[in-house]
Amino acid sequence: MTRRKLKVAVFKLASCSGCQLQILNMEDELLTLTNAVEFSYFLEASRAAAPGPYDVAFIEGSVSTPEQEGLVKRVREQSRILVAMGACATAGGIQALRNWLRLDEVKKTVYPNPEWVKALEHSKPVAEVVKVDYELRGCPVSKERLLSFIKQVLVGRKPYLRREALCMDCRRKGNVCVMVAKGIPCLGPVVQEGCGALCPTFGRGCYGCFGPAIDARPEALVLRLREAGVKDQDIARLFKGFTGWSGKFRKVINELEGGTR
Amino acid sequence: MTGNDHESLEVRVSNLARVEGEGGVYLRVSGGRVEYVEVRIHEAPRFFEAILKGRHYLEVPDITARICGICPLAYVMSSSRAMEKILGIKPHEEMKLRRIAYLGEWIESHVLHVALLHAPDFLGYDSALQMVEEHGDFIRDSLKLKAWGNRVLEVVGGRPVHPVVFRVGGTYRIIRRDELLPLLKRVEEMKRRARRVLEFVANLPMPEFRQDITYVSLRNDVRYPILEGDVVTSDGERFKEDEFEEHVEVEQARYSNSLRYRLSGGRPYCVGPLARFNLNYDLLAPEVKDKLAELGIRAPLRNAFQSIIARAAEVYHAVLELDELITSYREPPQPYVKGEVRAGEAAAITEAPRGMLYHRYRISKEGFVQYANIVAPTCQNYVAMEEDIRRLAPNLLTMPREKAQWVVEQAIRNYDPCISCSVHFIRLHIINDQH
Repeated sequence: MTRRKLKVAVFKLASCSGCQLQILNMEDELLTLTNAVEFSYFLEASRAAAPGPYDVAFIEGSVSTPEQEGLVKRVREQSRILVAMGACATAGGIQALRNWLRLDEVKKTVYPNPEWVKALEHSKPVAEVVKVDYELRGCPVSKERLLSFIKQVLVGRKPYLRREALCMDCRRKGNVCVMVAKGIPCLGPVVQEGCGALCPTFGRGCYGCFGPAIDARPEALVLRLREAGVKDQDIARLFKGFTGWSGKFRKVINELEGGTR
Repeated sequence: MTGNDHESLEVRVSNLARVEGEGGVYLRVSGGRVEYVEVRIHEAPRFFEAILKGRHYLEVPDITARICGICPLAYVMSSSRAMEKILGIKPHEEMKLRRIAYLGEWIESHVLHVALLHAPDFLGYDSALQMVEEHGDFIRDSLKLKAWGNRVLEVVGGRPVHPVVFRVGGTYRIIRRDELLPLLKRVEEMKRRARRVLEFVANLPMPEFRQDITYVSLRNDVRYPILEGDVVTSDGERFKEDEFEEHVEVEQARYSNSLRYRLSGGRPYCVGPLARFNLNYDLLAPEVKDKLAELGIRAPLRNAFQSIIARAAEVYHAVLELDELITSYREPPQPYVKGEVRAGEAAAITEAPRGMLYHRYRISKEGFVQYANIVAPTCQNYVAMEEDIRRLAPNLLTMPREKAQWVVEQAIRNYDPCISCSVHFIRLHIINDQH
């Protein structure tokens, strides 16, 4: 086959590197994949760093410094398809919990010389800075979904991404509902599937790695949890996890806490 | 980078490749003297200290796991153990499952570094993917081992990156023996692959170099250290994990977003596979020691570039021990032990793939975090990295400049730095309790 390889770039912002690691975790597929894909820029894997333009750029991490804002804009200009990868890039990540606090206070808590630290007011998802073509959710992103996405681009189809609630997946796996049977608070009814309903499968409630499902109504889940006797502050903390800054969850948290963010 | 007249040299690498996270290295030598060497960390701060404020103790393992996607389990384990000490939970025999998962993480993380991040340096490749043509067997052995390590984490914990099963006191559900046993189907194959990987790295062309620093690791005199032990140093010290902060000095460099640590008296020190290997060689599985003897390798290794051998030896050890642990695994009567929620403070150290990971917490009587301090392994290694480059400088002056820059980068990769981990915990501080 003489077709040109797909030029793929991987960038990192504020994050734990777990999502880009999922690329290197494709142990069985990686070598085959490189027949069709050229990783033009992937600093965690290679010293060689080729300039754009790129066919596909994956961005991991949230935008949390002025430099990162600039980088994201440059990547957008250089990329045909821009993909926000993981909970940080799509929802601001766990570090977005600081968005509810005052930045100067946060800096002082952490750094002896807070004035040296450059940080934006908020830890933001990429889509708050530039147009994002696709979102691959998850903390971490699913390796299978990532691979499926790349394959779809390779064959030239418009990538299809599932957006339904985790509950659906959990039912299909035949799990007993942890909320109904054991009274464990679970975000499954409002969180997008993609992990294989892992937490309920392992006997605990979903804590929201994949962010709000497409038709999520978190305010209805709040009522259900209140009925079960869960206190508002505990419900707020449940939503205030890895995707708490996503629009729908943020709204619920603010209502529960009476906040203004 | 400027020219090389055998007297002066300048290396400026603003974005290090094949490391986890964002950092650079700067070196200036003039008139044969090292003017400065700086490992600059510009990874964006994520302010974990502020995030942990007021969180419930049960949430801490999952939150701190997100500091590192490569060694999340290490964070889960150090934080869980610290909380268990506060709650008065004694780790019991069933906690064997933790060791199983932790060994899986060692394999996954070590092989990633050995094959994909580090080995290309020794042979002059930009990336491991370019090695496939000439060293296909090594890359394939490595990928199979890495996949198996990840599989261990998947079976026990649900997924390799940010596993979900572990909690303070045990696991969220009992992991059945029949779930673990299928892992053993390929264990003999994995032993063979691990031996071959160890052979391959032992025969890599190794730059001549001798370190003069202190090695520090856990040691418990019973088993190769992972989850418990006293802290021991190659200078002959031995102390409890709770006393760790009394034995280290912390410093801040203007050019780095990460704090840096020295042992008391300003001594640079090294944590990680090389330190563990040197201080616990006697506790490695006999098969590993036999293989090393056959390859002519014996402890202590004092060449930082040989860390790749220590890592590969630990991978082989991990496969052997997993065979034994899974074979003898018995399901516990209950998934977790409940402790008494009470106000308290405690510290715990476990051996992350990259070295000792220290966590200290204080919680309120309702179980909410008031104070947190985490010292990641990479923070402890920054001074050692700079020390190594300083000692390498005379050799660098005789090299072509491209080569010199490469060796400087490699000297950093010797430590398998995890930069994301290192920037999040900057100093001791008190978190006000909201509850």
